[in-house]
Amino acid sequence: MLKALENISAIYANPTRFMGLAQRLHKPLWALALLVLAYGLWRSLNVPDDYQQGATVKIMFVHVPAAWMALFGYSFIFFASLSALVFRHPLGHVAARAAAPVGATFTAIALVTGSLWGQPMWGTWWVWDARLTSVLVLFFAYLGYMALWQAIDEPTRAARAAAILAIVGFINVPIVKFSVDWWNTLHQPASVSRLARPALHADFLYPLLTMGVAFLLLFLALTLTRMQMEVLRQKLRVRHLLKNGA
Amino acid sequence: MRVFSTICVSHMRLAWRGGHSGLAVAFLFIAVTLLPFGLGPELKLLRALAPGLLWVVLVMTVLVTLDRLFQEDFEDGTLDQLIGLSLPLELSVLAKLCGHYLAVIVPLLIGVPLAGLLLNIAPGHLPGLVLALLVGTPALVLLGGIGAALAVSVRRGGLLTVLLTLPFYVPVMIFGAAASGAALDGAPDMTRLAIVGLISLAGVLLAPPAIAAALRAAIR
Repeated sequence: MLKALENISAIYANPTRFMGLAQRLHKPLWALALLVLAYGLWRSLNVPDDYQQGATVKIMFVHVPAAWMALFGYSFIFFASLSALVFRHPLGHVAARAAAPVGATFTAIALVTGSLWGQPMWGTWWVWDARLTSVLVLFFAYLGYMALWQAIDEPTRAARAAAILAIVGFINVPIVKFSVDWWNTLHQPASVSRLARPALHADFLYPLLTMGVAFLLLFLALTLTRMQMEVLRQKLRVRHLLKNGA
Repeated sequence: MRVFSTICVSHMRLAWRGGHSGLAVAFLFIAVTLLPFGLGPELKLLRALAPGLLWVVLVMTVLVTLDRLFQEDFEDGTLDQLIGLSLPLELSVLAKLCGHYLAVIVPLLIGVPLAGLLLNIAPGHLPGLVLALLVGTPALVLLGGIGAALAVSVRRGGLLTVLLTLPFYVPVMIFGAAASGAALDGAPDMTRLAIVGLISLAGVLLAPPAIAAALRAAIR
């Protein structure tokens, strides 16, 4: 399995080969993502209202998968950076850079929908709830990562710095999670805690999982498109340099 | 060892001569003076908020001093020389961080009891408060060094450094402020202090390699 993966990653280490594969994958992946998303949305909109939360429970079908993608995106950036820095995979930096705004957007969606969901539940737009708070810190981590790419002009230098940040920042994520959870139990009395969550009923679970798959496909499709853009941008840059240098 | 102390002392000397240490202390006190203007002069309120406020102010002050860590050395070429030394870059970095701590952070810690008095903390509670800060500030400098090193090649990278560093400060801030708060309630909480100390210790081991890698990436 590992060997096979290694072979595949070696073959597609070549940017030209990657572009060929990406071109073939591009349309089917987008079509599949949009199809599953449409199906998931339809399923989630047809879920019966919750007896406690009413129609607002439907926010969950966007909020929870977006939060999953926030974490998935950061892990994706970490593994891509690791492959670039340690195994010198030439597409690692490209993949990490391409995924960052996508992950940041999902994180922002998770925050906004969390706030919208919290308003009728808690009666206020923002609560320093442990999960919301750690997702907010994650959002700042995304912003820092993107800002670093933006700030350093020279691409190879920016790539190395961003990869180091991604790796160190990834180690920080569980530590932040742990400390924010601890802080939350320290300061919040039990009365503010969320409604007790029984195991999700199947009526809710399947639409939720469908939306999860849809968001994952959407993440991959967006990242793939951005990777293609990034490779093309690098090609343009090289061409520009050659032309001006000659 | 000799090289280590030379780097440390020269960093300290530059910080002192440039007036950087004094400026940082002034920043701390100006920030503390602004607090009653924002919150009102109610002594009870100030006292209740004091441990958290002092942590926030101290974190801000440390953040502002961070761009002094490597920026100048990067611009005038000292960094290239550090890389060429017989001492591993990781240790040279640690030496610089030590120098920064002694020259800039220690004066701040000396100023903190006075700032605490301004915020109506009883003198008997000050040692516990300073102890928590003493245990937590090494982590602030070490983790901040990572942000400073990553942004070192960016001109006027101060704000970028702040953005990069803040997520790393969250755990130190949480446990440090909790330990300070406990000190004001009576006995200092050893568990919280131990956790803050653990973060500082982990920082000593993990931050220098990350900083050195970031600096090498910037030089190349």
